[in-house]
Amino acid sequence: MDFEFMQETFLRLLSGVPLTLNLAFTSVAFGAVLAMLIALMRMSGVRVLEAFAKGYVFVFRGSPLLVQIFLIYYGLGQFRPTLQEWGLWSFFREPYWCAILALTLNTGAYASEIFRGGLQAVPAQQVEAARACGMSGFLLFRRITFPIALRQALPAYGSELILMVKATSLASIITMMEITGIAAKLISQTFRAVEVFIVAGAIYLILNFIITRLIMALEWWLSPHLRHPPVPKASVEAVHV
Amino acid sequence: MQQLSYFELIGFGPNGWGNALLIATGMTLAVALCGFIAGAVIGTLVAWAKLSSSIVARSLADGYTTVLRGIPDLLVIYLFYFGGSAALGAIGSLFGAEGFIGMPAFVTGAIAIGIVSGAYQAEVFRGAFQVVSRGELEAARSVGMHRWLMFRRVVAPQVLRYAIPGLGNTWQLILKESALISVTGLVELLRQSHIAAGSTRRPFDFYLTAAILYLLITWVSTTLFQRAETYSMRGIRRAS
Repeated sequence: MDFEFMQETFLRLLSGVPLTLNLAFTSVAFGAVLAMLIALMRMSGVRVLEAFAKGYVFVFRGSPLLVQIFLIYYGLGQFRPTLQEWGLWSFFREPYWCAILALTLNTGAYASEIFRGGLQAVPAQQVEAARACGMSGFLLFRRITFPIALRQALPAYGSELILMVKATSLASIITMMEITGIAAKLISQTFRAVEVFIVAGAIYLILNFIITRLIMALEWWLSPHLRHPPVPKASVEAVHV
Repeated sequence: MQQLSYFELIGFGPNGWGNALLIATGMTLAVALCGFIAGAVIGTLVAWAKLSSSIVARSLADGYTTVLRGIPDLLVIYLFYFGGSAALGAIGSLFGAEGFIGMPAFVTGAIAIGIVSGAYQAEVFRGAFQVVSRGELEAARSVGMHRWLMFRRVVAPQVLRYAIPGLGNTWQLILKESALISVTGLVELLRQSHIAAGSTRRPFDFYLTAAILYLLITWVSTTLFQRAETYSMRGIRRAS
């Protein structure tokens, strides 16, 4: 094991971290909005919207992400004249935006199911109680439904975040030089697959570890009602006296 | 040159890519299935290690599942493709062979899928084992069954029964992961679509076909797993 080489590799790979995080968080942010829309459609009770949401989730969860990326990045090139006419070509020409679009559509499908689970787990009594107090519509959603659903969905959404960080590695196949892209280049240059793999793997593990901790902290912060009440200070002091 | 229609393009006619796509679909299924079986073997061993009383075995198994579930699959595939080739080259040079020996893409793919899915399947098996009632294990021991016999007669059938839904999820994951094997040059569904797209300049048509075929496989296997679940649960009374 050549530690000097690994250190050098570490520094090279570190330069890919911003792009990896950029891809992950941009698509997660857009994806969350999309997922909320899809989840609301799925629960709307309108048959057309429900069918659309179901179909959407089936298509994007049932086919490989790489196929979706290729379909957008290479596939839409087939309609270049039309896209140019519509002024969209500058968007679909960029591998960055194609990756973001594919990742967003993908996480939208997965996260919509997570959100739906969270929304459906809101106890009916709580909603009834809120209605009895005179809340309705958006106020009810903002004060009662959303906070409860968020708490329910957070653990699963945390794993979705990890999956997204892992999924950004596929962007390397369409020339994005994020961590995996740089790693692949280094491996094919040096043929030292094991060392590069260890370093790149460690970087991903550290990133994912930090994300898990952040989600856990958020969960803790959002559920004060589940924690043991803090021991009153006075009694602690009383022991000393 | 006249534009071929979509169905001429993916059909079985003289200009159609239908045959090639079908063979490639078979390849996708083959590599996914081999990976799934390899993963089941690895998963069983790792689940056993996780449930063992030895701290060393437990922490090794925990480390394995944490690492493999925390890093991108693509990285694992690169490791086995390039690392495997390097190892083969080293072995080859011992026997006097020279230069680069490529790792067979199919083997790389199956191993990589097996190693990754082993981590997921280990968790599935571990969870399923914990559902098996302790009383039954005790009963098996009390009638004098030995470890292997107990595994075969009592543990395995029940664990498999409870593991079916989880295994179904893993199979879907594997199916989608198999598309990544295309980076090693194995001519599976995605690679074949890539080749066809390149030579006909109709990328959208071919990637769309690939997506449809993947969806078809997913749909069929979901149905099959659901059937297997109903079948395996036929003797169990469910609460509610």
